[in-house]
Amino acid sequence: MAERYSSFAPGGTAWLLQRITAAFLVVVLAFHFFQLHFVNHAAEVTFMGTRARMENVGYFLTMVLFLIAGTFHGVNGVYNALVNQGLSGTPKKVVLAVLTIASVALIVQGIWVALAMAGMI
Amino acid sequence: MSQSYNRGLIEDYGRWKEFSAGMWAWIFHKFTGWMLIGYLFTHIAVLSTAIGAAQGETVEVFAEDLPNVEGTGLTEVDIYTATLGGLEGLFIVRLLEVGLLAVAVFHILNGLRLLMIDLGIGLEAQDKSFYASLILTGIITVASVPTFLKGVGF
Repeated sequence: MAERYSSFAPGGTAWLLQRITAAFLVVVLAFHFFQLHFVNHAAEVTFMGTRARMENVGYFLTMVLFLIAGTFHGVNGVYNALVNQGLSGTPKKVVLAVLTIASVALIVQGIWVALAMAGMI
Repeated sequence: MSQSYNRGLIEDYGRWKEFSAGMWAWIFHKFTGWMLIGYLFTHIAVLSTAIGAAQGETVEVFAEDLPNVEGTGLTEVDIYTATLGGLEGLFIVRLLEVGLLAVAVFHILNGLRLLMIDLGIGLEAQDKSFYASLILTGIITVASVPTFLKGVGF
């Protein structure tokens, strides 16, 4: 059996979006770790410090995009890994629905948190 | 002309003794991905204390117990600062953060390797680039330990 080393069907929208978000996440995840562990130490994070960072529009938008891209990339990766393991039929539809609801909930909650951090709500 | 590999059924993890470098890279990428998405949900849950903090919710803590609170004795701080400080004061949390860094760095480096493979760049060196990802992850992780464990061991 000859196959590609990938959980994704090549050429599909999910395949392309997974790679576009990957390219974005490589940069922003590295930045996130550097910013909050080396520039600012995680053990010194306070609400006022977080607010000061999140009041910067560019940083705020980067973090919201980071959340959306990370959620899509992660959940799409999990879904495709399960399909790759043999998930099919009704269980596949149920898993897709559950993961979609979980993703939307995470993004809504994350944006709510971001707005609270930035002092917008 | 696209090239394909006869990898057999990799989903049968019982075959792990027969796995080659590319197969290990595939499995490590998958497992680190599972950990990262699991962490993202936990991360947002912890950061949700910012909602309470923004509404003025506070708790009384002993300043000495939290690395992010100055002063001494019983102090009133917002719920977000208290939660993050409480977690960051625990050695096990700092140790888990080192683990998270290792997982994230490997996923980033192997992810770059996968993007290169998708673009058809360096296919013949895909096993070497996997080993390079592992070694670089190890070096970055070890070098980060003093920063991550500052105050709880270093």
